[in-house]
Amino acid sequence: MAYSDKVIDHYENPRNVGSMDKADHSVGTGMVGAPACGDVMKLQIRVNDAGVIEDAKFKTYGCGSAIASSSLLTEWVKGKTLEEAGSIKNTEIAEELALPPVKIHCSVLAEDAIKAAIDDYRKKGGGAAEVAPVDEDSGAA
Amino acid sequence: MSEIQLPIYLDYAATTPVDDRVAEEMCRYLTRGGCYGNAASRSHALGWEAERAVERAREQVAALVGADPREIIWTSGATESDNLALKGAAHFYQKKGRHIVTLKTEHKAVLDSCRQLEREGFEVTYLEPEPDGLLDLDRLGAALRDDTILVSIMHVNNEIGVIQDLEAIGGLTRERGIVFHVDAAQSAGKLPIDLGALPVDLMSFSGHKIYGPKGIGALYVRRKPRVRLEAQMHGGGHERGLRSGTLPTHQIVGMGEAFRIAAEEMEAEAARLQALRERLWSGLAQMEEVYLNGHPERRVAGILNCSFNFVEGESLIMALRDIAVSSGSACTSASLEPSYVLRALGRDDELAHSSIRFSLGRYTTEAEIDHTVELVRAAVGRLRDLSPLWEMHQEGVDLKSVEWAAH
Ligand SMILES: Cc1ncc(COP(=O)(O)O)c(C=O)c1O
Repeated sequence: MAYSDKVIDHYENPRNVGSMDKADHSVGTGMVGAPACGDVMKLQIRVNDAGVIEDAKFKTYGCGSAIASSSLLTEWVKGKTLEEAGSIKNTEIAEELALPPVKIHCSVLAEDAIKAAIDDYRKKGGGAAEVAPVDEDSGAA
Repeated sequence: MSEIQLPIYLDYAATTPVDDRVAEEMCRYLTRGGCYGNAASRSHALGWEAERAVERAREQVAALVGADPREIIWTSGATESDNLALKGAAHFYQKKGRHIVTLKTEHKAVLDSCRQLEREGFEVTYLEPEPDGLLDLDRLGAALRDDTILVSIMHVNNEIGVIQDLEAIGGLTRERGIVFHVDAAQSAGKLPIDLGALPVDLMSFSGHKIYGPKGIGALYVRRKPRVRLEAQMHGGGHERGLRSGTLPTHQIVGMGEAFRIAAEEMEAEAARLQALRERLWSGLAQMEEVYLNGHPERRVAGILNCSFNFVEGESLIMALRDIAVSSGSACTSASLEPSYVLRALGRDDELAHSSIRFSLGRYTTEAEIDHTVELVRAAVGRLRDLSPLWEMHQEGVDLKSVEWAAH
């Protein structure tokens, strides 16, 4: 399979690899996918009192496109509000990385991962005042 | 250390380069300055000479496997040999019965021929191998019926390298007068085969797995007791009517020379490859959570198949761009279908996905193996650092107990 230069760059030099303390109240963790399906993404965000994502980390078990999608996403969400981060669309990721049709599911998984991380952060009581954005496309997974 | 050429070729089970000695022979049967005649031309010297070359090659192939040259039929490869053996025997013996027995880990050339025969009304039993890839004889015995006409079991499996016990299997089929076909594409020239002693009726061979050219193969058809086939390719009546078509002299000469060389060098080469394979495995097995696929001892020297737990297969192949190997998952398909062979062994999908087949051959060096070990260890280590599953495993989480969000 031919990968785009951007996928190869993220795959070879993944940004923001790592883990944060799941129990920390300022951390939201999203884990999506399943080993049997060939990809599992763990995305974590650290959110400040102003509702802005200060830091993001990921670990991904999956193909090069899955690793690149999650790596790119951690770059994108840093400095964004939860609302902004939650409205990132899988199509934007797919376009940026020039993913072929068979790899679109990797970008969908990345979108699911950031939504799950935001949900988790909110469930812990962080940023309770904010309203979760509703996204029509998220059923695509 | 000697200079290593990248990529390191460790995919000899997929195909091999043509040996220089073979290529040289072949070139003499192509151009105007050489022997380009049609072996079926009986009226001039160019034809006779081509025929002599074809018959010498037939002897060379027969000699490697202890057969009579008259028992060797030229085909276009092991795929065609498998098709001719299965369909040819099934069609010929269908009045005796319409039941066929094979193994789930056979090559697709056998499995898909069986599927076709099912569409024609034959009944096929696909036996499960043991978790080590070997066929359990009691299981085979229990599957044989009064209307069983054909059993097809491969000698060496192309993905995992395990060796089936042809002597014992053939004992069961011979007892009951059932035709026994063996796909030996991966074993001819790698293991001793003596068809004079083995109770095998039909055997498929390929040229390009043993440093001969692609597009040539042979089918052994036993004369005593005689095995009959219905031709699948009709025409000029070549190969005693079993396989029509002008014989490709250069291909045949190439396969003959490749088999001749194999007969000479097999013993020393097998010992050398076995040592290299053991070196490879001992280097890889130093990592945690690496699993050998297939029986640890009953295996051909050149094939090592193992799974790297908590690493996804496609990303592993991507990381191993400097090594030409085969992967247990079909990378290009959206469905990410794991290897049917590993699945048949009962490996779960994750381990099947993360499997790599290393196959060593005539030109593999110790330096290449050492470099491969380094590259694989670095790649697996890096991908595990990226893997949430590896992290969970390190934390003592049982991944089987996790409820994964389906997607
Ligand atoms: C066990 C086995 N059978 C059959 C074949 C097909 O051989 P060929 O490429 O000569 O048709 C192969 C190789 O792909 C093989 O490994």
